Amino acid sequence: MAPTACFNCKEARAVIIRPKNRHKLCRACFLVVFETEVHETIIGTNLFYPGERVAIGASGGKDSTVLAAVLKTLNERYGYGLDLCLLSIDEGIRGYRDDSLETVKRNAVQYDMPLEILGYGELYGWTMDQVVAQIGKKGNCTYCGVFRRQALDRGAAKLGIKHVVTGHNADDVAETVMMNLLRADLPRLSRGTSIVTESGASDIKRSKPLKYAYEKEIVLYAHHRQLDYFSTECIYSPEAFRGSARTLIKDLEKIRPSSILDIVKSGEDMAALVPQEVNQGGRKCGSTVAAEDDVGGCGSQNGRTSGGEMAAMEKELAENESAESRETEIRLPKGQSLNVSQQKVIKKQTLGHCERCGYLSSQRICKACNLLDGLNRNRPKTAIEVSVGMEDEESSSTLMRQMERTQLTNS
Amino acid sequence: MSDGTKGAAGPSIPITVEFTGGLELLFGNERKHKVSLPACMDDGNPTNIAYLLPYLVDNLMQDQRKEMFIMEGNVRPGILVLINDADWELEGEETYELQPGDNIVFVSTLHGG
Repeated sequence: MAPTACFNCKEARAVIIRPKNRHKLCRACFLVVFETEVHETIIGTNLFYPGERVAIGASGGKDSTVLAAVLKTLNERYGYGLDLCLLSIDEGIRGYRDDSLETVKRNAVQYDMPLEILGYGELYGWTMDQVVAQIGKKGNCTYCGVFRRQALDRGAAKLGIKHVVTGHNADDVAETVMMNLLRADLPRLSRGTSIVTESGASDIKRSKPLKYAYEKEIVLYAHHRQLDYFSTECIYSPEAFRGSARTLIKDLEKIRPSSILDIVKSGEDMAALVPQEVNQGGRKCGSTVAAEDDVGGCGSQNGRTSGGEMAAMEKELAENESAESRETEIRLPKGQSLNVSQQKVIKKQTLGHCERCGYLSSQRICKACNLLDGLNRNRPKTAIEVSVGMEDEESSSTLMRQMERTQLTNS
Repeated sequence: MSDGTKGAAGPSIPITVEFTGGLELLFGNERKHKVSLPACMDDGNPTNIAYLLPYLVDNLMQDQRKEMFIMEGNVRPGILVLINDADWELEGEETYELQPGDNIVFVSTLHGG
């Protein structure tokens, strides 16, 4: 086959077909076009201000590595004046995070950015290995997600930084849209699509500058710039609901590549139509949602258990937390957004501090502490009781006492 | 390193196959593999990518989960194929006829960080 010329420069050999428009580009043009589109997203959404200090949530994976590389390039090219640093979370999963943290350490040198690593062990007294040993693999992603969100916030707070960017890409957003569509969760769908999530208070702002970037192009960008990234599969991640949504997205992309951005666009349009009653009634789950949807590096990999246990957990979390002021209003049409702010003044939760850990929370006890409570309560107990679950604690203790008595009687 | 001429007489084509983005985990955690293929397939036509795919599964893949790489006879959606750094769609996908010294890269987009 004769080489195809680049659509852009008409000279060099095309090596890439862009999923969004099927344009055939050479390596050099592709890199510039990719960077320029991220730049346009940043400018179009007023994502940063000059001199802003920004922490890049870095996992060592392709998305966060590309994000760091592109932000560094754009910061220099367009003079954003950003003060960039890398923020990594060590979940404490042996054989998974250790290698990727080594990658992040190399990235810190390559991009000349300071790096902060924060571990679940030091933050919560529980590594994910220990959590899984306690509760099993099922449902552990909930813990990891809640812990990670707080960990990123705490890391940013520690560094005195108010803005954390994550490497979520268009495929991730499309997956989230599909998942929330499939479980009829419009409020969550609406939050998942917005580029910025932040609370009304002085909390830390989150954003995803790669929201419109195809995963395919992110991988190709990393390949053609020969970026140093690490790929792995979380050893605890079950391929459940998100896994299916992911497969569906990839299958659709194969048949019709523009599907992914179209789903993102549909998600945004639907978000704009979500009536405020829906957002405010029933489930209130601002930061819970964010914790789950914003799961940093392994977000795209984490499956979910679709069982009742998980639903119960989500429900409990949802009831405990109400912070929808965080992330809805951005995409709403004018008329509605006025309405929103009025309602919010009335309904707004006062943001206080968790009584346990002092972390910013709209509840007396923050979600992480709630989860920790459950973990700590079970810590000294035997494996038998752990597997029974919390509701059955009473009866299983009784059962154990009965067994003890039986043994005594027997002897 | 494997040398798989399958005992066929006649000329062979040496190529390099790379697995990245997490795919290397399926291939003995080795990224680069030197492979030598017969110049012609059983039907007498020049060896192409369609021949290479099952060859890799049978000869290089160490993981049992074949479907992680090949699904329904084709490369699993989400895995990119680059022929000498170009998207294989630009080169005719499975019909591309391998040339000596070709570099074929399989990159997974499905793995996380």
